[in-house]
Amino acid sequence: MNLEKKFEMIRTLTAVVISLLVGFLIILLVGREPVQTIFYFVLGPVTKFRYLGNVIELAIPLIFSGLATALLFTSGLFNLGSEGIFYFGGLLAAIVGITLRLPSFIHPLVGILTSALAGMAVMAVIGFFKARYNASELVISLMFNSILYGVGLYILNYNFRDPSVSGFASLKLQTTALLTNIIPRTRIHSGLLLALAMAGFCHVFLYHTKWGYEIRMQGLNFKFAEYAGMKPAKIILLTSLLAGALAGMGGAVEISGMYERFRWAALPGLGFDGALIAMLAKNKPLNVIGAAVFLAYIRIGADLMARMTDIPSEMIYILQAVIILLISGRRFLENYRQRALIREVEKNG
Amino acid sequence: MENILELKDIVKIYGNGIVANKNISFQLRKGEIHGIVGENGAGKSTLMKILFGMEQPTSGEIFLNGQSMKIESSSQAIDKGIGMVHQHFMLVPSFTVAQNMILGMEPHKGLRIDYDKARQMIKALAEKYNFQLDVDAKVENLSVGIRQKVEILKALLRGAKILILDEPTAVLTPQETEELFVQLDKLRQSGHTIIFISHKLKEVKSICDRVTVIKKGQTQGTYDTDQISESELSGLMVGKNLELNYQRQELPQGEAVLRVEKLEYRQKNKEILKNISFTVKKGRILGVAGVEGNGQKELIELLTAAKKHYGGSILMKGKEVGTCDIAMLRQMGMSYIPEDRMLQGVAAEASIQDNLIANRYTQKIYQQGLFLRNKVFADLAKELVGSYDVVCRDKNQRMDNLSGGNIQKVVVARECSVKPELLIAEQPTRGVDVGAAYFIHQEMLKLRDQNSAILLISADLNEVMQLSDSLIVLFNGEIVAYFEQADAVSEKELGLYMLGLKRQTEAEIVEAV
Repeated sequence: MNLEKKFEMIRTLTAVVISLLVGFLIILLVGREPVQTIFYFVLGPVTKFRYLGNVIELAIPLIFSGLATALLFTSGLFNLGSEGIFYFGGLLAAIVGITLRLPSFIHPLVGILTSALAGMAVMAVIGFFKARYNASELVISLMFNSILYGVGLYILNYNFRDPSVSGFASLKLQTTALLTNIIPRTRIHSGLLLALAMAGFCHVFLYHTKWGYEIRMQGLNFKFAEYAGMKPAKIILLTSLLAGALAGMGGAVEISGMYERFRWAALPGLGFDGALIAMLAKNKPLNVIGAAVFLAYIRIGADLMARMTDIPSEMIYILQAVIILLISGRRFLENYRQRALIREVEKNG
Repeated sequence: MENILELKDIVKIYGNGIVANKNISFQLRKGEIHGIVGENGAGKSTLMKILFGMEQPTSGEIFLNGQSMKIESSSQAIDKGIGMVHQHFMLVPSFTVAQNMILGMEPHKGLRIDYDKARQMIKALAEKYNFQLDVDAKVENLSVGIRQKVEILKALLRGAKILILDEPTAVLTPQETEELFVQLDKLRQSGHTIIFISHKLKEVKSICDRVTVIKKGQTQGTYDTDQISESELSGLMVGKNLELNYQRQELPQGEAVLRVEKLEYRQKNKEILKNISFTVKKGRILGVAGVEGNGQKELIELLTAAKKHYGGSILMKGKEVGTCDIAMLRQMGMSYIPEDRMLQGVAAEASIQDNLIANRYTQKIYQQGLFLRNKVFADLAKELVGSYDVVCRDKNQRMDNLSGGNIQKVVVARECSVKPELLIAEQPTRGVDVGAAYFIHQEMLKLRDQNSAILLISADLNEVMQLSDSLIVLFNGEIVAYFEQADAVSEKELGLYMLGLKRQTEAEIVEAV
C-alpha cells in the first residue's frame, strides 16, 4: 500500500478514535454510571441479535444517501440535495403504496422507480443551473430541500393524511407495497440487497466505465477535464441524474421497508448523513457500506445508551461533529505525515 | 571580506515527498554578486524561498551578519534587509508604478495616502540608482524589462541590502539583459549584495564575482568566476556531459495541417491579435518567438478552441476551428502540451495511468461493451512510463508525488504517443531540468521526422532556435518577422524583432502563409 493511502486510512481511523474518546470523556463527566454507560454505547448493539438487526436496518438508507453524495463529491459538486429528495422519494413511494393496486413483487418496485425518477428530475434541475449558468449547486440544492419539504407536506396534509391516527401520518400503505423481510427475528428487508447492489454498481461505474473516469477526472481538475476534451455540462448532468436516482430510491426503500405509513413530519436528516458517510468513505462506493454500518452502529449504541442510562442519545452529534472537523481539516496529522515522509525519503536515500 | 549571510546544512523536504534541498551550505560576502547555478529542479528556487521566509527549512541554520536567525515570513525577511525579485513578478497590473511600490508601506497624511510624498520618495531612489521610470504609468502597460526594474526598486525602497534575483533574465531579450547588468553593477558599487540565480552560464560568468553550483539539492562548491570555465561549471551542474544532438531529417515540403488567415482577436475593446497569417506544415516545426504577453496566450486559446469568436479564419485540415469543440479537434489529430501543467496539463491527485489515458479513453480499442479495458490501459501506462523514462515507483503513483520534469514527461508522453497530425507545444520545457528538457526536445524532433506538423510557442530563445525549422516573431499581437530558415537568424537580431525595434516588410511577413 502506498504512503498516501496508508496515511488517509490512519487519518480516518484516528479521527474516529478521537471522537470516541471525546464521547467517553463526556460520559465520564456527566454520567452517573460511566462504566455501564460506555458499555451500552460501545457494546450495546452486539448484546442482542435484534439490536444488531437495528444496525443493519439503519445502515440501509445511509448506504443510499452515502452513495448519492459520494458520487456528487467525486465529480466536484458540493450538492446536498439528497435530503429533500430522500423525503420526497419516501412520500412518493407511500403514495404509490396507498393508491395503486399491484401484485406484491411489482408494487414496491414501482414505488422505488417512481421515486428514483422524481429524484432524477429534481437533481437534473439543479445540475442544469450549475452546468448552464454556473450557479452554486450548494445554494440551489439547499433551497430545493425546503421546497420539496413544503410541497411534500402540503400534498400529504391535504390528500393522504389519516385523520384517525393521532400524530402526523399518512394512510396505511397496502401490504403488497411493503418490502419483504429477509432475516427473521430482525426487520432487515430486501432493500439491503438493492443497497449492496447499488454500491457495487457505483463502484463499477466509477472505476470501470468511461463516464466514471470522466466524473473522477472532472472532480480532480476541472480545467484538465476540459482540456482533454471532456464535456463538463454533460458530466455534471450525468452525475446529478445518478445521484438523484440513488437518493430517491433510498427514500422509497426506507418507507416501504420500515414503515406502514409515511410518518416523516420533518426532514429525516438521512440525506445530510450522506455527506458524513461520503467523507468517511473517501467517496469510494465500496467504502460507503462500511462507513454507513459504522455510523448506524454508533447511533444504535447511543440509542441503547440513552434508553438504559441518563445520557441522552444526542451526545452522538458531538461525536459526529468531531469526526467531520478532523477529517475535513486538511492539516490534521500533517506533521505526522511529514515525519513519515521524511523517514521514507531517508530510507530510500 | 566579511560574510553577510551564511547558510548551513539546509534541508527541505516538501509535503509531497520531494527533497528539494539536502545539506546546502554557502556563504555570501558583503558587496558581491553571487551566482547560484543549477539545472531547473536542482533546488535553487526552494533555497531562495527559504531565504525569503516563504518556506521553512526542514533543518539547518541561517546566519545573518554572524547571528543565527529564523526567517518565518517574507515581511521578516524584508525587515532584515533581504529583498527578492521573483521570476513571475508580484505586481498589481491595474495599479501605477508608484502605487505598486508603496503597497503595504504607504506614506499617509491622516487617513489618506500621501501620493506626492510617495512620488518624491520613488523618484529620489530611482535617480540614486539611475533607473529611468515613469512613476505614474500603469504597470499593465509596461514592458517586462521595465516591470522588472519596478520590482528591483520596490525591494530597494524597502531597504533591501541583500537582493535575490530569481532567473531575472529568463523573460528578457538580449538587449534588456545588457541593461539590467549595467544596473546590477551600479548596485554592487553602492554596497548591495546580490544573489543572481540562473542556469545561463554565460551570464553568470559575465556579471558574478563568485558562483555556487547546486546539483540535485546539494551544493557542489563555490568558485570565483574568473577561475572556472563555462564547461567546468556545466559539468558540475549536470554531473555528466550531455551530448546534445539536434539533427533532423530532410523532409520534402509537406502539406498544410493548420492554416491561419487574417486572424483578428479583440478583448474588452483591446486589439490582442492583428492580421495574423501563417501555416503549419507536415514534417515542419514552426516556432513562435516573442516576449511573453504579446498575444501568444490568446493565439493558442483560439487555436485549441478554448476561446471562440474571432475574425479571419483558422483551418485545421480544412475545418474551421471556431466551429469545433476540443474533443473534435483531438479526434482530428490535434495534441496540445499546455504551458501550465499543474493547472491544465494533469490531474495532480490522480494516478499516472489515469493521466496518461485522458486523450484516448473513448477510442474503441479501449472499450469492451460498456466497460473500459483497464488491463489494456495498465499495459499502455507501463509501456509509456518506460519508453518516456518517467522516474516513479509505478504507474499508480499520484502525479503530485513526481518532480516537475517527470510530470512534464507524462504530459508529453500522453500528447505525443497518439502520433498527432498537429502538435501545439506551449513552453514545453519550462521549469524542467536539462536532462528532461533534452528528452522532450528529442521526442518533438522524432514526431517531426514522422511527419507531424508542430507549432512551438516558447519564450526561451534557445529552445525556439534549436527546434524550429521556420520562425515567426510576435510583437504586440502582430507578426513582425518571418524566417523561412530558423538557423539563418542570430539571437541578437531576433531580440530586436521581439522588442519591436525592427520589423520586416509586409512582403517578407506574408511568406509565412
